[in-house]
Amino acid sequence: MVNITIDNKKISVEENTTIMEAAAKNGIPIPKLCYLKGINEIAACRVCVVELEGKEKLITSCNTVVEEGMVLYTNSPKVRKHRKTTVELLLSQHDCSCVTCSRSGNCSLQKVANDLNIIDIPYKQEIERQPWNKEFPLIRDSSKCIKCMRCVQVCDKVQGLNVWDVEGTGSRTTVNVAGQKSIEEADCSLCGQCITHCPVGALRVRDDTEKVWNAIADKDKIVVVQVAPAVRAAWGEELGLKPEEATVGKILDALKRMGADYVFDTTFSADLTIMEEGNEFIKRFTNGELKERPMFTSCCPGWIRFIKSQFPHMVKQLSTAKSPQQMFGAVMKTYFAKKIDVSPDKIYTVSVMPCVSKKGEREMELFYEEYAGHDIDAVITTRELIKMIRSAHISPDTLTDIESDRPMQQGSGAGVIFGVTGGVMEAALRSAYYLVKKENPPADAFKSVRNSTTEGIDGVVEADFQIDDITVRTAVVSGLGNTRALLKKIERGEVHYDFVEVMACPGGCVGGGGQPIHDGEELAFERGKNLYYLDENANIRFSHENQDIIEMYDEFFEAPMSHKAHMLLHTEHEAH
Amino acid sequence: MSRLEIISPNRTRIVMEGLYKDLERRIESSPPGLCPVEMSKAFLELCHAQTCGKCVPCRIGLGQLGHFIEDVLEGNATMETLDIMEETALSIMESADCAIGYEAANMVYKGLIGYRDDYEQHIRNGRCTCTYHQPVPCMATCPAQVDIPGYIALVREGRYADAIRLIRKDNPFPTTCGFICEHPCEARCRRNMVDDAVNIRGLKRVAADFAGEVEPPKCAPSTGKKVAVLGGGPGGLSAAYYLQLMGHQTTVFEMLPELGGMLRYGIPNYRLPKNRLDEDINSILKTGVEVKHGLKIGKDITIKDLRDQYDAVLITIGASTDKKLGLEGENADGILSAVQFLRNVGKNEIMDLTGKEVAVIGGGNVSMDAVRTAKRLGAKKVSIVYRRRVDDMTALRGEIDGAVAEGIELQTLKAPAAIDVDENNHVKGIYVTPQMISEIRDGRASVKPTGEKDIYIPCDVLIVAIGQNIETRHFEESGVQVSRGKIVATSTGALANMPGVFAGGDCASGPASVIKAIAAAKVTAANIDEYLGYRHEISCEVEIPEPRLDDHKPCGRVNLTEREACERVCDFEGVENCMTENEAKQEAGRCLRCDHFGYGIFKGGRETLW
Repeated sequence: MVNITIDNKKISVEENTTIMEAAAKNGIPIPKLCYLKGINEIAACRVCVVELEGKEKLITSCNTVVEEGMVLYTNSPKVRKHRKTTVELLLSQHDCSCVTCSRSGNCSLQKVANDLNIIDIPYKQEIERQPWNKEFPLIRDSSKCIKCMRCVQVCDKVQGLNVWDVEGTGSRTTVNVAGQKSIEEADCSLCGQCITHCPVGALRVRDDTEKVWNAIADKDKIVVVQVAPAVRAAWGEELGLKPEEATVGKILDALKRMGADYVFDTTFSADLTIMEEGNEFIKRFTNGELKERPMFTSCCPGWIRFIKSQFPHMVKQLSTAKSPQQMFGAVMKTYFAKKIDVSPDKIYTVSVMPCVSKKGEREMELFYEEYAGHDIDAVITTRELIKMIRSAHISPDTLTDIESDRPMQQGSGAGVIFGVTGGVMEAALRSAYYLVKKENPPADAFKSVRNSTTEGIDGVVEADFQIDDITVRTAVVSGLGNTRALLKKIERGEVHYDFVEVMACPGGCVGGGGQPIHDGEELAFERGKNLYYLDENANIRFSHENQDIIEMYDEFFEAPMSHKAHMLLHTEHEAH
Repeated sequence: MSRLEIISPNRTRIVMEGLYKDLERRIESSPPGLCPVEMSKAFLELCHAQTCGKCVPCRIGLGQLGHFIEDVLEGNATMETLDIMEETALSIMESADCAIGYEAANMVYKGLIGYRDDYEQHIRNGRCTCTYHQPVPCMATCPAQVDIPGYIALVREGRYADAIRLIRKDNPFPTTCGFICEHPCEARCRRNMVDDAVNIRGLKRVAADFAGEVEPPKCAPSTGKKVAVLGGGPGGLSAAYYLQLMGHQTTVFEMLPELGGMLRYGIPNYRLPKNRLDEDINSILKTGVEVKHGLKIGKDITIKDLRDQYDAVLITIGASTDKKLGLEGENADGILSAVQFLRNVGKNEIMDLTGKEVAVIGGGNVSMDAVRTAKRLGAKKVSIVYRRRVDDMTALRGEIDGAVAEGIELQTLKAPAAIDVDENNHVKGIYVTPQMISEIRDGRASVKPTGEKDIYIPCDVLIVAIGQNIETRHFEESGVQVSRGKIVATSTGALANMPGVFAGGDCASGPASVIKAIAAAKVTAANIDEYLGYRHEISCEVEIPEPRLDDHKPCGRVNLTEREACERVCDFEGVENCMTENEAKQEAGRCLRCDHFGYGIFKGGRETLW
């Protein structure tokens, strides 16, 4: 243990603790901007400076380890003065149009500046304005960037895609797409981790809420909305709802109140995905197609973008099943359109997703009879949903649980866990077992693919399962940096699997780039627990027991992997 | 009333003089890889501030050039902007009244020509294309990228053996380099911004002197692959060391009786004591490197044999033959090349020069080694004959000073013209043509004859130290590509037309430094490993101390002292004294830890493996 004094308080902390951590553990939160534990400990913003007795220069608390006998002041006149100057300097190059900022009210710079009670800035405003394609799902606003380098580091260290880099030197040093590329040319997966790790509004998702409002306003359009599993685990965070209060039924109620004509839970199409992907897996497995390399799940568009640009030669290993979002869109414009007897082009499909990449995935085309268009017409993130609820001035406490509309109402617990790492695999295995054995396994038989640690997210979870005399070797990975490492191992033949689930965001969709942002906190793990709770308490736990799915096959698709299913629910992924 | 007064500088002037010095040191430690356009603008602004304001081209023109550069940086320029800039710069160069104007414009002009690409990229992309990452200066300028801040921190903590372990990750010659490395790492040391560069080489010497014997790391499991290394100099031995650590059985072929190449047979003992060189070599051999002595390539063994017997072959034969003056009588008795002269001494074939007069031609480090060695062999008078000035000599300043202190005469501005030989075909003296310094061409002052009569310098021994060549004949005959006297290897060290054959060090680069040969060895070792189908990594487990939180008050640099000249010329023992432990701790404490403070903690800092 090391004994130090912080702000006259004598404390004792473990060796190798940083000053910032030591202070926080003792109830002294030191302000910070660039710091991101384990990812960005570069002492760039200088906001976390503290005074060390006996030294003239201030030291950064984020990356300085405590030493025996240190006497530190986190709020001395010198510290206050320099910290304030530093923040004023940052503000001189920051477009402080806070009221129109996507991060207004949830901005670390705003908080630090407000806390320091900065009213006047004595420095000349110098705002950098780089051009950017505002049609792209990921938008960078250089006028807001404080060069904390978190985006660079998250993309490099966690996602391994190196999309961002520092550009130029001297006063013109800035952040931009690496290698002189434009964002369209870069191998961006659109995972959105840079957005959720940006302390300010320099990175944001393209706002599509206006498109949805316009569709609602259009009398000729029938607005049909689906809500992804992971959304329910996070949407309440910003609306003051406790996890147990923030049910999917209340989201559906909010959407109906805003004017949506039909509302559905993507859990339904997650079950549909399992029917298709599970059958596809059994087929490819028994055909011996997976001897060398595994079949990969295909529901995460960030992962799809990743494999296409980074491992194009492995693209054929992807499941051909569309993602639940796309399947649901296709079903809405075909089966459902028939049911309510309207032409598909009257239907405007909206999905609420925890994801940025889904906005890219929706560009996929749908051809059905005389209809040519898209499965999905607009995608909004969880954050955009929250903004819509707010702009519709709906009080969250007045929302009630409502059911999704018929005839695509049911959803299993297996479908719900699609939103968390390991969930797709577990759901698929539950039904694959049934397909082989014609009887259900215990619902929790495949629990071991779940994240195994109790406080964080595992990079890779491996598990083998025995179904009669067949061994199915599986792996589950989340985070693209982990994914790259795993794929390289597969390529080198160091590991062999039959089925691999990949989710681009660490922890899965619950930690998606479209989820509410809490600077410095990683909530994926907690949100994932919420989904597992919902699964455990679900009426049905198996996708193949979803009665509405069974009915839809009977009436429309005939059977999984049928010709019609292939036309509407599958796609051939091709490398660029 | 007094007519004249003594002017003493006022306070402003004194402070300004100090700031000029600060700026000088700052420019000296400018990190590599800055945006050249941005720097042009900064230089120009400084130049413009020096303008007295009398003349139009300088007063207004420099400012206008500045606006154009600003436009380029802001993305508001077109290609025509560059043309106008060029015309304006030329106009100022040719019409300004004094150097403040025309030399400032010349700086802009040089940039416009020299890095026009960068200007054009700025214009085309509207963004800076120089995404070189600001690296840790010492590591970036060390060819082998040794973890300098790391080992300095270890020295400071007294963890000398760990320092040696860390150095060996990138350089298996820590002791040798502690003595004789040319230390390019010090040139851009950021400590210059405070006072003076850290004595990096001196601290390496400290680690080597205080560590005692340090075991090399364990080798990876044997791969069963065999690699032949031709030449047991620093490059060959370094590559052998890393390849052996990677699990490949390596055999070094050395034609001379002992290992070390130029380190043993070129560098005199007083600069690098051979027992100290052996410390490095013994550690390398402990990894299991095999050595075959006395085999000369082309005579005893051929490239083809080696290719048949080994999975890969590395050529590191160095540059061990000499360049000739091209004068009549050069083959006379008493005339020998510095390479030959020093090698004989290295082999203990001592030549007694007692009472003799020795002239050495050349101004490089080898020349200094030759004169100081001749002095130690008892010569009455030793002179350096050099065609340019002392300032133009390529030898390290310390070597020249050391030679002068030992009583060496400097005969500068004298170009060899003819050799005088006696009836027994023995050298008697050399005629030299007096030169005067002249125009600067390609950054180097040229010389031309003064027109005076040739001067005669009598000598009993004449040593020629004007450069080394590479013995390429056998390689050329075996199909190895040779160009301008060097073996042609790609940047990976591989020979384009011979799979499995690699080359590195002086024989591929031309005569260079030890640390460059070691750097090449890292490259070839890694690529041979890849070629053999592996991806072994070289790393070091030593944990590097957290930086201490100092205010870095200016503090003088500890320089290594030398033994008294009159005493050291009598023997071949080491000349340089090591620091005391106390001095070493202070000097190590001067390191600014650029691996932790500044950009190094973000990018371009520590590479823990390669």
